[in-house]
Amino acid sequence: MNGPFDFTLGLGDDALVAAQRLAEWTTRAPEMEEDIALANIALDQLGAARLLLTYAGELEGAGRDEDALAYLRDDREFRNALLVELPNGDFAVTMAKLFFLAAYQLPLYSALAGCADERLAAIGAKARKESAYHLDHGALWVKRLGDGTEESHRRMQSAVDEVWPYTHELFAADPAAPVDPATLRPAFDDTVGSVLAEATLTKPEGPWAPAGGRTGVHTEHLSYLLAEMQVLHRAHPGARW
Amino acid sequence: MSEPTSREQTPLWEVFVRARRGLSHTHVGSLHAPDAELALRNARDLYTRRQEGVSIWVVPAGAITASSPDEKDAFFDPAADKVYRHPTFYEVPDGVAHL
Amino acid sequence: MYGNDFSAPADAADDTPGGGLLGEVEAAEAELRAAAARERRGGPAPDEDLAAYFDDVVGAEQKIEPRDWMPEAYRRTLIRQIAQHAHSEIIGMQPEGNWISRAPSLKRKAILLAKVQDEAGHGLYLYAAAETLGISRDELVQLLLDGRQKYSSIFNYPTLGWADVGAIGWLVDGAAIVNQVPLCRCSYGPYARAMIRVCKEESFHQRQGYEILHTLAHGTPAQKAMAQDAVDRWWYPSLAMFGPPDGDSTHSAQSMAWKIKRFSNDDLRQRFVDMCVGQAEVLGLRIPDEDLRWNEERQAYDYTQPDYDELMRVISGNGPCNRERMAHRRAAHADGAWVREAAAAYAAKRTEQKEKVAA
Repeated sequence: MNGPFDFTLGLGDDALVAAQRLAEWTTRAPEMEEDIALANIALDQLGAARLLLTYAGELEGAGRDEDALAYLRDDREFRNALLVELPNGDFAVTMAKLFFLAAYQLPLYSALAGCADERLAAIGAKARKESAYHLDHGALWVKRLGDGTEESHRRMQSAVDEVWPYTHELFAADPAAPVDPATLRPAFDDTVGSVLAEATLTKPEGPWAPAGGRTGVHTEHLSYLLAEMQVLHRAHPGARW
Repeated sequence: MSEPTSREQTPLWEVFVRARRGLSHTHVGSLHAPDAELALRNARDLYTRRQEGVSIWVVPAGAITASSPDEKDAFFDPAADKVYRHPTFYEVPDGVAHL
Repeated sequence: MYGNDFSAPADAADDTPGGGLLGEVEAAEAELRAAAARERRGGPAPDEDLAAYFDDVVGAEQKIEPRDWMPEAYRRTLIRQIAQHAHSEIIGMQPEGNWISRAPSLKRKAILLAKVQDEAGHGLYLYAAAETLGISRDELVQLLLDGRQKYSSIFNYPTLGWADVGAIGWLVDGAAIVNQVPLCRCSYGPYARAMIRVCKEESFHQRQGYEILHTLAHGTPAQKAMAQDAVDRWWYPSLAMFGPPDGDSTHSAQSMAWKIKRFSNDDLRQRFVDMCVGQAEVLGLRIPDEDLRWNEERQAYDYTQPDYDELMRVISGNGPCNRERMAHRRAAHADGAWVREAAAAYAAKRTEQKEKVAA
C-alpha cells in the first residue's frame, strides 16, 4: 500500500464490508435485544465507511463519491482485509470476527485521531468511541460463550481458531501510511490475550497467515457479497435514489 | 451448578435514564438480560438509540417492592406483588422525535 | 450514526404524512399528563364495588395502572392486543429487512437499517407493556411461535422490489400510525405511554418511505414504474390492515367501552383513504381504484373496499409468506438457544462466585 488514498480506501472498505455482514444478522439474532445491538454496530461501521469512502474519493480527485466507490467497483478493486468478508457463521464466529476487528480498529482509530491529516484525525476521533463500544460488546460475548456452557465453549474456541489466522493481515507493515498498522500489534495482543484468558479460551498458534485483501486478492466470498450489495444500484446506471 | 433450561426466564430489569445533567433518573421501561452488565448494554441500545440519556441505571425488577394504590392489599389479586406487574413507561424522555 | 441525513421533499412539505398525526400524539401526551395532574383518588374506598371503581376511573379519562383492579376480560383483551402488536413489530422486520443488503445507496442502507432496528425496539417496548399485565415475554413469544397468537397480516405479503420499502413506509406505516395514534389515549397507562413513544419514533418511518417513493416517482421511467407497481400491490392490503368492516368486527364494542379503542375500523380506514389521496397526487402516483372519488355530501372519498375474503385467507395462514415468516422466526429462536443458555450459565457462575466470596 502507498499513500493516503489506498490507506483510507482500505479502512473504508473494512468498515463497509463489516457493516454488510453485521446487517445480515437483522431479524436473526439469538435474542431480540441482541438484534438491536448488532444493528447499532452495523450502523456505526456503515457511518464510518461513508466518511472514509467520501474522503477517499476526494483524495483520489476523480469525482467518485461514496456510492461510486461502494457500488461500482469489483472485488479485485476492494481493499478490505479478508477478516471482514468471511461469512458470519454462527454467533460465535461473528463475535470472534467482531472482537478481533474492534481490537484492531480501536488502537487504529485512536492513533488516527492524533495524525497530521485533519480529516482522518476527525474521523478517527469519532470512530474511536464507537470502536470502544464494539470491543466491549465483542469481549463481553467472547467471555460469556467461552465460559458459558460446554457447547458454547466448544463453539467459541472453534470460532477463534477459525478466524485467528486472518488477524495477521491487519498488521502488515506500511511505514508510509498515516498510521503504520504494524505499530498497533502490541495493543491488539494485550487486549486479545487478556480477554481470551478470562474466557478460558486458548490463543491459537500456527504459521498460516492468509492475506491479499489490501492488494485486491480476496477470498471467494467477497464477490458474492458485492453481487448482492450492488445488484440494484448497477441495474439502474446513473439513477438517483 | 445446574444447567439452565430453555424454559427458564431471562431476568427482567427496570431501566432508569438521566436525560440531561441536572435531572434525576427517570423510569423509562424494562428489558430482559441474563446479567447486569448485559442489561446495561441492552438498555443503552434500546432506550437511548436517539441520544436520550447521559446516565443509565438498571435494577433487577425482583428487587423492587411496589405499594398498592390504597395500601389495602386485600383488594388485589394474589399476583399483585409480582415484579412483572411493575409499571413501565412512566415518563417519555424529551426529544425522541429527533433522530 | 443513524442516517438522519434526509429531508422531506420541499414541494410536499404540507402533505408530508405524519405531520398532523404527530400533533395528535403530542396532544395525547399532554392529555395524559393533565389526567395525572387532576387525579382525585388513589384507590377504591373500603366498601366500594371494584367494578364501579374501575368504570369510574375509565369514565373520568384517568389511566388504569398495572396494580389497579381490572375486569379479567379487560386484562385478557389487552394482553392479546398488545402482544399481537408486539409480534407485528418483530415479524414486520422481515419484509423490509429483506432489502437492507441490496439498498441502492449507502444513505438508504443506513436509514433502512435504523428503521428496522427501531421496529425491534418497538416490539420490546410493547412486550414490556404486556408484561405489566401478568404474563411473561417468554410465554408471549411461545404463543407466537406456536401460532396461537397472530401478527398483522400485512407482513405476509412479499417485498419484491426496492419500491416496496417505500410503499411500506408510506402506506403500511401510514395505516399503522392512523391506527396507533388513538391508542396513545388508551385507558391502560403502560400501553398508552408505550404508544406515545412508538408513534413519535414512527413518524420518521413514514417520512422515509414517502421520500423513497417521491424520489423514484421523479426518477427514471423504470424507477417510476417500480414505484407504481409497489403502490398497486400494497394499496388494498394496507386498507385491510384496519380489520373487517364494522358490522363483522367481534371485539369492537367492548373495546370502545373500555376506551382501549377509540374509533371504529371503518372510521379509521376512511381517515386513511382521505389522507392518502392528496399525498398520492404529490407523488404523481395513481391509487389503483377506479371508483375513488370525492363525495361532497359525506365530505369524504368514496373508495373500493379491500377483498375481505382475501384478508380472512391470509389471517388463517394462507397468505403468500405466512409460512416463511414463521419459519424464519422459529429458526432464529431455535438457533439462538445455545447462546441464551450460555449467557444464563455464565451469569449463574458469576453469582455463585460472588456468593462464595461473600461467605
